[in-house]
Amino acid sequence: MSITISNISKFYGKITALSDISFDVKSGELFGLIGPDGAGKTTLFRILTTLLIADKGQATVAGYDVLEEYKSIRNSVGYMPGRFSLYQDLTVEENLNFFATIFGTTIEENYDLIKDIYVQIEPFKTRRAGKLSGGMKQKLALSCALIHKPKVLFLDEPTTGVDPVSRKEFWKMLKRLQEKGITILVSTPYMDEAALCDRIALIQDGKILEIDTPRAIVNHFPKSLYNIRTNDMYGLIESLTNYEHTYSIFPFGEFVHYTDKRDTMDIKSLKAYLKSQGLTNIHIEKTQPTIEDTFMELAK
Amino acid sequence: MKNKNVIQVENLSKLFGGFAAVNNISFYVKAGEIFGFLGANGAGKTTAMKILIGISSPTSGKVTVAGFDVYKETESIKKNIGYMSQKFALYDDLTVKENITFFGGIYGLSKKQIEQKQHELVGELGLQEVVNSLVGSLPLGWKQKLAFSVSLLHDPKIIFLDEPTGGVDPITRRQFWEMIYKAAHNGTTIFVTTHYMDEAEYCDRVSIMVNGKIEALDTPKKLKEHYKTNTMNDVFLKLARG
Repeated sequence: MSITISNISKFYGKITALSDISFDVKSGELFGLIGPDGAGKTTLFRILTTLLIADKGQATVAGYDVLEEYKSIRNSVGYMPGRFSLYQDLTVEENLNFFATIFGTTIEENYDLIKDIYVQIEPFKTRRAGKLSGGMKQKLALSCALIHKPKVLFLDEPTTGVDPVSRKEFWKMLKRLQEKGITILVSTPYMDEAALCDRIALIQDGKILEIDTPRAIVNHFPKSLYNIRTNDMYGLIESLTNYEHTYSIFPFGEFVHYTDKRDTMDIKSLKAYLKSQGLTNIHIEKTQPTIEDTFMELAK
Repeated sequence: MKNKNVIQVENLSKLFGGFAAVNNISFYVKAGEIFGFLGANGAGKTTAMKILIGISSPTSGKVTVAGFDVYKETESIKKNIGYMSQKFALYDDLTVKENITFFGGIYGLSKKQIEQKQHELVGELGLQEVVNSLVGSLPLGWKQKLAFSVSLLHDPKIIFLDEPTGGVDPITRRQFWEMIYKAAHNGTTIFVTTHYMDEAEYCDRVSIMVNGKIEALDTPKKLKEHYKTNTMNDVFLKLARG
């Protein structure tokens, strides 16, 4: 096991940030911590990277205890916090050099590991970090987190606020790092990224809702799910909210995702109901649930 | 006069030194429309939006918002629009009530109007319990919903939403969109940016900006047909890197 977490709790005054969290991350695994702002993701990252002490429970990272052996952990992990935390007034190259030196290594020694990522920002290596675009800052931060060849990489919301194209590229980089044997724990509020992880933990309000492979989590969705579309989205949501058999409705792209209270759903009568509400072009079809559907069902 | 365009943009450019952050864009937004304004980071969305809300002047081009000129009538624009962003929306160290009173005052509402609006808004959002709590102590999702309602206090013709749902949990994100639909249903024009491509599907029309230019503008359905994809995400991936 690369990371073990047993019954971790953390309180800030009256607020419970983490409530009895337990799970393991296997060596070489790409593990996703999926949940919205305020779920407790950052608190857990800070405990595992030895920047914060838990109130209850134990944890180990790369075989070391987070309390007793925190110094060994700091040498074995890379951490990219959610907020850009490099030196804004050092250049790209100076930042990288600085982190290499701190960890007693050189850029040359581990260049292989960061090459794919660093070549993309190397043309700007004399530019100050504060003057980089968002995407370039992210690549520099990742290079700095990797320069000492960590066994475990912690990435706290690396893609928040990043556009879909850059997000896709970032996940490709993560896959390549995983192939090089690095264990990765990554958090994200984007549910579509969950599908790219080996296993995920869904987290909300300091509690783990579920842990499994993305496929298994989707398979656990307890109900039949339907796509519904009509001429008028607002009218559709209103009508379904007032429908007696509605179990849940959520807008989902061009459709509404609908589940029915009954064991067998009666599409005909639902269609007739929507028609009676003045809706036209009614389209109802069965669909596959996504991680997001499962998350919403569990979080309800 | 009905179906008048509430935003009219013709050949808008904004240069920073030699760099064209916005490069000769033209589009319009109809009254009551939900208009999605998409683009990669650095494509020029924020620059364009700042011009539309009257806090930055164009280098060239003709732009009117709610019928007012963005060069000369920025104060009138500000009175007729609402604005909400992910980064700043409400004062964390004021209570829910104080925020409503403050923004109501800023928008020139009378004391009586503010009281009435506050009553309505707190009731609709179910915030009775926290009306005297500091906004900073509320969950992000509540804050965003409150911020949206506050930006509608003065019944603006248009509301600008700059990544309103970033980081918000999926249920609240959808409740937020239900509020958007409702506002649009009541005649408010919605101008919204987002990085969630499923939200792009909720818009009546969507524009995609790439390197300062509008590369595509149509209904989500037509964009998907044109680029032969099933989702807006794929449309975006095809376009956004030029």
